Amino acid sequence: MGLTLETILFFVLAAFITVFSILTVVTTRIVRSATYLLFVLLATAGIYFMLGYTFLGSVQIMVYAGGIVVLYVFSILLTSGEGDKAEKLKRSKFLAGLGASVAGGMIILFITLTHQFGPTSTPAPVEVSIKSIGYALMSGDKYGYILPFEAVSILLLACIIGGLLIARKR
Amino acid sequence: MEYYLIVSAIMFFAGIYGFFVRRNTLAILISIELILNATDINFAVFNRFLFPNGLEGHFFALFSIAISAAETAVAIAIMINIYRNIRSIQVRNLNEMKW
Repeated sequence: MGLTLETILFFVLAAFITVFSILTVVTTRIVRSATYLLFVLLATAGIYFMLGYTFLGSVQIMVYAGGIVVLYVFSILLTSGEGDKAEKLKRSKFLAGLGASVAGGMIILFITLTHQFGPTSTPAPVEVSIKSIGYALMSGDKYGYILPFEAVSILLLACIIGGLLIARKR
Repeated sequence: MEYYLIVSAIMFFAGIYGFFVRRNTLAILISIELILNATDINFAVFNRFLFPNGLEGHFFALFSIAISAAETAVAIAIMINIYRNIRSIQVRNLNEMKW
């Protein structure tokens, strides 16, 4: 892995994701937490762009950074009062949560670093064309995704109706 | 490829930690978003490095993004309804389902 421009870009993105995802869960103010989540999602979109999945990266920016984070910020501002800090937790529970996540992370990292994956090629990140994505998304043959596409559309319709029913004034 | 997996593992366990430790329901939802996002990175990375001719991981990540958007919308509707009823969204105050 030579020190090319892509390597440097990847390490910058990796450091960005690591720092901000940890800051997201340790900060006490929840608005800051949502802002750090926005940075993590944008860096994830950068990783998709690096891998050549331009469409996936733009969907990530549009849906996550454009939709979900705005929704979070609105609901945080609606529901949290002035100076709403994170509640103090009992020390034993805090240590249990920290220990469980660190132990799980160590196990996963150990397995990831020792497992021999299959024939890993390091292909040049060719960009997946929009045409092939569209044909695959809309075709019903072996590598087509028409059925999950329709299922997701029905799920989104159910989500709209459910959100309206739950959040309306009675 | 392992470097990508290390990054997504760190992100995943940051999400797990927040899910265990935070006591605000919106903070728990933000942790769930971190977890889902880490799995999306894994799908895309496995597709690119192990099966570079297919598009399965790409579409799995795409549908996963759509489903997590739907889940977030419904969950935030529930949070706003809870806040309207009991004026708080801390987990400590949420001890009954019906009032």
